[in-house]
Amino acid sequence: MTTVWSGTALAEAIEAFAPGSVESSAGTDVWLKPESISTVCEGLKTRSEFKFDLLSSLTAVDYINHFEVVYHLTSLPMNSSAVLKSRVGLGRSDASIASVVPIWRGADYQEREVWDLMGIRFEGHPNHKRIMLWEGYPGHPLRKDYVTYDQSIASSAPDDRDGGE
Amino acid sequence: MAIKTQPVTVNLGPQHPSTHGVFRMRVMFDGEEIVDVEPIFGYLHRGSEKLAEERTYTQIITLTDRMDYVSSMLNNQGYILAVEKLAGIEPSPRGVWLRMIASELQRIASHLVATGFLLQDLGALGTPLIYAMRERENILDLFEMLCGARITNSYLRPGGVFMDAPDEFWPALDRGLDDIVNTIDELETYLSGNEIVFSRTKGTAVLPPELLINASITGPMLRASGVDWDLRHRAPYDYYDKISFERILHTASDNYARYWVRVQEARESVKIIKQCIEQIEPGEVRPSFDEVPRLIRPPAGDAYAAIEGSKGELGFYLVSDGSIAPYRMHVRASSLINLTLLREMLIGGQFGDLFVTFGSVDLNMGEVDR
Repeated sequence: MTTVWSGTALAEAIEAFAPGSVESSAGTDVWLKPESISTVCEGLKTRSEFKFDLLSSLTAVDYINHFEVVYHLTSLPMNSSAVLKSRVGLGRSDASIASVVPIWRGADYQEREVWDLMGIRFEGHPNHKRIMLWEGYPGHPLRKDYVTYDQSIASSAPDDRDGGE
Repeated sequence: MAIKTQPVTVNLGPQHPSTHGVFRMRVMFDGEEIVDVEPIFGYLHRGSEKLAEERTYTQIITLTDRMDYVSSMLNNQGYILAVEKLAGIEPSPRGVWLRMIASELQRIASHLVATGFLLQDLGALGTPLIYAMRERENILDLFEMLCGARITNSYLRPGGVFMDAPDEFWPALDRGLDDIVNTIDELETYLSGNEIVFSRTKGTAVLPPELLINASITGPMLRASGVDWDLRHRAPYDYYDKISFERILHTASDNYARYWVRVQEARESVKIIKQCIEQIEPGEVRPSFDEVPRLIRPPAGDAYAAIEGSKGELGFYLVSDGSIAPYRMHVRASSLINLTLLREMLIGGQFGDLFVTFGSVDLNMGEVDR
């Protein structure tokens, strides 16, 4: 059975190798400061006490006054899992966080999807483009302030959905 | 004497019979050799995650059917597990056994479809696909007995399933399982030792296991590279801890290994279903509406549940704000993530291997684009 890291234990273990990177922890979740995400993920992947070699899922939630990027990590050799979260774009300002593609290739399409549908930028992503919708689509549909059923969207669709290169 | 060639960019799809739906690639060829690939997604994007925010937890089951439409039961199961985790619902034992039978049947159907279309992509036009689809048809008949629907089942409910199997289901299931084994034997007689299959699939699109793990690729693709990772074994959900089955592993990590792992896994699923039939006992198939009402209001919080889907880890991430509809739903779609290494698989290969490699990934556009 997969063991799930408790938030407090994981927060302590992260603080041990990356001091000052944890914001808070509760339940099974650890909230990280967005600027430390690369250092912490690199450590979680390579250090022998974690070995989180598989990024199960990467997604984001819109909490009106901020966004939360959620990482579900799995370690195949240790058979353990952990949940990392990071609050970005406080006050709905420019939301961005460092890309984890250099650490886990599996983040590639998932980060593109979050950018496309939620509008969070991933700095350092090798191919930072929309994935489901076409370039030039107005807004990011999974945001809570997005206006659905807006008929004018149809007119923004290009004949060739990747911009007709 | 070397022939002088110049690269040509070709558009493949989205309306192309070998793209398993509406997948599109922009491929650059130098003669027969592939030099660059760019996948273009989104032709089947229906905004399922946004739609889920306006529906009750029970209504969303119908949305999950339409994601990976060749494995609806597995999608139902992944979603239901996330709801049960979020709302703290204790499922009824008979309901759990029934949904395990349903989802293992679905896994067989999905693997048969994958195998049939892989052979179609190899140029064996018609025959293997029709054999596989004929068997899938029998499985769909069983689903029709269970819930009245064949493709978009919506059979599962939080806490179990919505109705018990009729009496005629059990003898039909026994017959069906024998037929499945016979069909797989038949397919394997013609395919697993077939010289043409060997020469076309062995040694093509080889991926090292470390790279697969780094790219979050799971399921039969990962097991075909020798990594023993199956969520039914490593993180048992439902009653998989009461079931013993073999994990199918192959070490070659090429197109043949991926084909072979799927065929053998279908055999293992038959064994799992037989164990379920032995252990299932009479009882309620879901908790009463007093315990689990139609309008579920989970406490505020979030939950992530993952199952071993037919394509890999199928995860559902749900966030509740205490109301009757989820605040956010995210699907960890293995079909999309398994395409991460498409470039590595194709570049340097031949045009003739393109659709074979693509078929060996086994993806479903309904899940890729959602």
